[in-house]
Amino acid sequence: MGVYLDAATAAPLHPVARQALLAALEDGWADSGKLYSQARRARLLLDAARASTAELIGVREDELFFAASGTAAIGRAVAGVVAARRHVGTGIVHSAVEHSAVLKAAAAFGTPAEAPVDRDGRLDVEAFASRVLAPAVVLAAVQSANHEVGTRQPIAPVAEACAAAGVPLLVDAAQTVSHEPAPPGWSLLTASARKWGGPAGVGLLAVRKGTRWEPGDDPGPLDLPAVVAAAAALRAVRAEAKADAERLSAFVDRIRAEVAATVPDVEVVGHPTDRVPHVVTFSCLYVDGEALLHALDREGFAVSSGSACTSDTLRPSHVLAAMGVLTHGNVRVSLHPGVSDNDIERFLTVLPRTVARLRAEAGVDTL
Amino acid sequence: MKVLDCRGRRCPLPVIELARALSEVPVGDVIRVLADDPAAGADIPAWCRLRGQEFAGESDVDGSKAYDVRRLS
Repeated sequence: MGVYLDAATAAPLHPVARQALLAALEDGWADSGKLYSQARRARLLLDAARASTAELIGVREDELFFAASGTAAIGRAVAGVVAARRHVGTGIVHSAVEHSAVLKAAAAFGTPAEAPVDRDGRLDVEAFASRVLAPAVVLAAVQSANHEVGTRQPIAPVAEACAAAGVPLLVDAAQTVSHEPAPPGWSLLTASARKWGGPAGVGLLAVRKGTRWEPGDDPGPLDLPAVVAAAAALRAVRAEAKADAERLSAFVDRIRAEVAATVPDVEVVGHPTDRVPHVVTFSCLYVDGEALLHALDREGFAVSSGSACTSDTLRPSHVLAAMGVLTHGNVRVSLHPGVSDNDIERFLTVLPRTVARLRAEAGVDTL
Repeated sequence: MKVLDCRGRRCPLPVIELARALSEVPVGDVIRVLADDPAAGADIPAWCRLRGQEFAGESDVDGSKAYDVRRLS
């Protein structure tokens, strides 16, 4: 069995989610909007899932919507604000390192303007604040933490700048909602259940009361069993969050230190301390990212990469490019609670010799 | 000025060729890398920073990006 180290894309399904999913498939398949008893049972399940999730992320039940994915939640958030504030304009200010779902929604529904980040991937708050003050800006979007390099974003001063400008703030909390409450100050918040051990196909959208936002067309029926499983998984991971975060963060510290020490010409990127507990990213000079991913896969490690050769579009990660760090030879390791000491130990043994072999094969080991 | 034509080559190849060629020019000289892989725009400046060389700017030449690097050491 391989070691799965790509939790920032999708964490393995939590055992509690699996149980809840199977139970809800039995009892929650009917349309919750109808009036017969099967529908009432489905509605009870949906209401319980909504109440539990709303409590965990700190919102009122009527502020919370389930969506078909994190991407769908982001699209609905952005489209709904632009629709409600069209009389003001269509400007959307976002950090240069938002998830591609945010970039795509901003381009599809509005007129995007980007705010730069520093070498660690952290938003330049001053530049952001001045862009938010521009005329015709109707929405700002900043992630709670970056999905590729783990760096947290300074949401408190961002929220202050947005409040001062009268611009609603969308916080994509996909990388933090599994282990901590949402940072205060947002108007709209999104997340994705597969990042916390729920099934794929469940997104969250929370909209604070008083935010000018239009819900749009009925997005169609929810996958209710998946929603129930997602809610159960969130409760389960939150119960262990403190201990898991401490353990995973120590693994990340160890990976950061040992990779820098044992792999020559490597750049470990992202903020070393002000980061999420479970993400670490590094780039190996002169190494082909795709070759490295395949070599690690053959050794039993599933990791992700921001290198151009590993993307469908053959473009490098916009996150790494915005940070001004190497984009080739890139590896993102993202951890979930099931990762063991032994997994990390073995990864740290395999990585340096794999990189050395690839460099020798390419004839770049003496450059 | 020495020009490396890396058009049609994907990263990390333009950076590798730059690293190989830099030792062949005197300190203070500029090498120009022609590259159309979009990753080169990020990776050549990052390589300069990591290797203590000067990134002297990018321009458009013959429909491709051109990246200038000055050897400092």
